[in-house]
Amino acid sequence: MSSAAISLPATRPSVIGIFLRELRYEFVRALRTKAYSLSVIGFPVMFYLFFGLMLNRNGHVDNLSAPKEMLAGYAVFAAIGASLFGIGVGLAGDLSAGWLELKRASPMPPIAYLLAKCGTAMMFAVIITTILVVCGMTMGGVHLSLSEYSKTLGLIIIGSIPFACMGLLLALLAPFNSAPGIANMIYLPMSVLGGLWFPIQILPKICQKFAVVLPTYHLKQLVLSVFGASTGSASSHFLALTIFTVLMLSCAGYFFRRREQNS
Amino acid sequence: MTELMEAPQSTAAAAGSETVASLSRVTKRYGNGVLALDNLSLELHRGQIVALLGPNGAGKSTAVRLLMGLSSPTAGEARIFGADPRNTTARLHTGVMLQVGRAPEMLKVREHITIFRGYYPQPMPYADIIKAAGLEGLENRLFGELSGGQKQRVFFALSLAGDPDLIFLDEPTVGLDIEARRLMWAQIRSLAARGKTVLLTTHYLEEADALAHRIIVINQGRIVCEGTPTEVKSMGASIAGSDGAALERGIKIIRCVTTLTAEHLLKIPSISTVETLGELTVITSSQPESALREMLALDQHLHSLEVQSPALEDAFLALTKSSN
Repeated sequence: MSSAAISLPATRPSVIGIFLRELRYEFVRALRTKAYSLSVIGFPVMFYLFFGLMLNRNGHVDNLSAPKEMLAGYAVFAAIGASLFGIGVGLAGDLSAGWLELKRASPMPPIAYLLAKCGTAMMFAVIITTILVVCGMTMGGVHLSLSEYSKTLGLIIIGSIPFACMGLLLALLAPFNSAPGIANMIYLPMSVLGGLWFPIQILPKICQKFAVVLPTYHLKQLVLSVFGASTGSASSHFLALTIFTVLMLSCAGYFFRRREQNS
Repeated sequence: MTELMEAPQSTAAAAGSETVASLSRVTKRYGNGVLALDNLSLELHRGQIVALLGPNGAGKSTAVRLLMGLSSPTAGEARIFGADPRNTTARLHTGVMLQVGRAPEMLKVREHITIFRGYYPQPMPYADIIKAAGLEGLENRLFGELSGGQKQRVFFALSLAGDPDLIFLDEPTVGLDIEARRLMWAQIRSLAARGKTVLLTTHYLEEADALAHRIIVINQGRIVCEGTPTEVKSMGASIAGSDGAALERGIKIIRCVTTLTAEHLLKIPSISTVETLGELTVITSSQPESALREMLALDQHLHSLEVQSPALEDAFLALTKSSN
């Protein structure tokens, strides 16, 4: 059938269509930005190979093998990196260049822009998690059923949301030049103290107590429960992540309004 | 001295009367207390190119931002096509070129244009955009690889993406070489010829003179004067002449090398000011033809003669200075 163009009346293009196009090019842009794509994929994979598969290959944490336990940690570590750097640093850059202003003066629905950034970070998180799973299964003797794998991906995708909101807040507060530095200062301590680099059990008791205020801790516990570890009630971890998300969003909303009033 | 009383100048000669965008008694006070616009009203008519001129901090960017829906007025209202510009739908028929530091550098020119075309119901054909912005051969380059002038042309292309009826151009030719600037001027003129409305802010006063049907000079958030380039120039000249006797219309600047003294020259009717710059004498006259006839008769050796309209720049400086 020939696809002769039918001229439609001037209706507004669909938000979904705009979102999908933004998503596609945001992803292409992120892939081409080597400073982002290489470090966001490279660090979790490198750390997992080194700490999870070389140093602790035969260890055990509770009922899980160390490579499997640490797979959960590095998958969460990857998701946070993708969100915090993709949204926090990326958005800060667009803001400081005046690019976002130009987009906002166009008829682009702002939600399409935000969701495209968020979706790109989630796609990266899924890709890195998959690489980590493949590494663990081929080199660390990790066994993961298809259902465990898909639940993990689901958790990683949903779990990106709190960190995307944190990225949004970071972008609104941090000047572009210092955004990557500030992102690292949040990212690394939050990851180590939440038990993403090493099992939380090897941290001092005081750190283990402190970990419950960290969203990183709760997300890892959720992934561990998919892997068959006993980690307490899932709903309490979800609740903690929800509270963190609401907190980040309200702060972002407050600073966004303050910014608007001065424009 | 011959005094010619001219009829009040008629504004908006022959231009369309349909109002496309307006600011009505708009006051804008920023959070930090700065008063950017003070009870300012302006209207843009269909098919007109309007240039907004003013020194830095005059409020011209604020006026443009209000019309683009990027900012809200403290009092008064901004309207485009009869609607509030803060509504996304109201902006479906507008295009914007802002002073943007950079676009995402890792996307190609083609990709940037594709994204922006997608925002509009009836975008301009891709090939037309490339041609109008002079981007042939650059389509597959990454934005980050472009020169400053090429980047500027990409921003111009993005403003055309939706085939808009109303276009805001904030300092559009900054960083362009002469050839590229002429190309953009020609494009802006052809937009107006096709019934599009253009609001332009510029630091190049020559640009306003060359392009605009109407110039609005603003300073300290208020309109100092508005009219056709000719009207604005003569208003400026009359203020620059400052003795009040100078005539508004037809004032010219005569430059020449002459042996006549200033004292002598000022006796000639219609010569209002005389200034000596090195061996050059600069004269303003409301009736240059008669002044020149007399000067040439008095000085057989007069040479290096030039007659000019007062530059818009002088007019502009005079106007904004007098409003302070």
